[in-house]
Amino acid sequence: MRIGVVTFPGSLDDVDAQRAVRVAGHEAVTLWHRDHDLAKVDAVVLPGGFSYGDYLRCGAISRFSPLMTEIVSAAEGGLPVLGICNGFQILCESHLLPGALIRNDRRRFVCRDQRLRVESTASPWTASYTEGQEIVVPLKNGEGCYVASEETLDELEAEGRVVARYLDVNPNGSMRDIAGVRNARGNVVGLMPHPEHAVEDGFGPGTDGLGFFTLVEALVG
Amino acid sequence: MARVVVDVMLKPEILDPQGKAVHGALPRLGFEGVTDVRQGKRFELEVEGEVTDERLAQLREIAGTLLSNPVIEDFEVHVP
Repeated sequence: MRIGVVTFPGSLDDVDAQRAVRVAGHEAVTLWHRDHDLAKVDAVVLPGGFSYGDYLRCGAISRFSPLMTEIVSAAEGGLPVLGICNGFQILCESHLLPGALIRNDRRRFVCRDQRLRVESTASPWTASYTEGQEIVVPLKNGEGCYVASEETLDELEAEGRVVARYLDVNPNGSMRDIAGVRNARGNVVGLMPHPEHAVEDGFGPGTDGLGFFTLVEALVG
Repeated sequence: MARVVVDVMLKPEILDPQGKAVHGALPRLGFEGVTDVRQGKRFELEVEGEVTDERLAQLREIAGTLLSNPVIEDFEVHVP
């Protein structure tokens, strides 16, 4: 499959995300935030980093880039989109995912290998995991505290839309230990930790992150 | 030319770590009696011509779409 990775000014992990896409056996297509078309990709990854310097709010300005306008309408039509870290923030700002990400409750940037439990496999991004599977991937964020109203959280839980939860410690104060969520359809996933940094032995804590990039083809489209 | 001010504050129920950090610094500086601090943002927008109802509606749209995130923030538009 052709998987697009979007570079915004200030993106940090776009090259690692491209590499993860290739390690998973797909073609990585470089997309630029000012582009107006999606180059016929089968899926899109919004990488981590500090797009637009995190000015205003994380992801707030990126949301209005020309390519994001295309991505929002394609995602509403079913295009698989994975937002990692800053990408997750952009998806929340775009209202493709509910809730928001605010500054860590401990006011510090956190960087650690984080154990997670994969809670929902009803998405092409997580279908290669088993429900309840525990994985370890790097986590690095300053504004990764997931917040949403109690009603929204209850709805997410009831519909099985919490994709991953923090285990051992809640590193950033996220409500209900939420590390990632998906939309109702399952094609849009936002994740605060970084699976793209755990796809090859010898680089990072292992290869537990690779499953996100395997992207189960049968579920795409 | 006219100036319109938009104030953006986190909703009361949203944790404000920056405000807490500022609050925590006050006693260290010897300032007592401040029981809480919440940090927000102030935007000053210079607009062409008079501030008509139409202009105000447009500014409210700007405040609600770009300047604030309605999931976590409230905004107020003031014409000083």
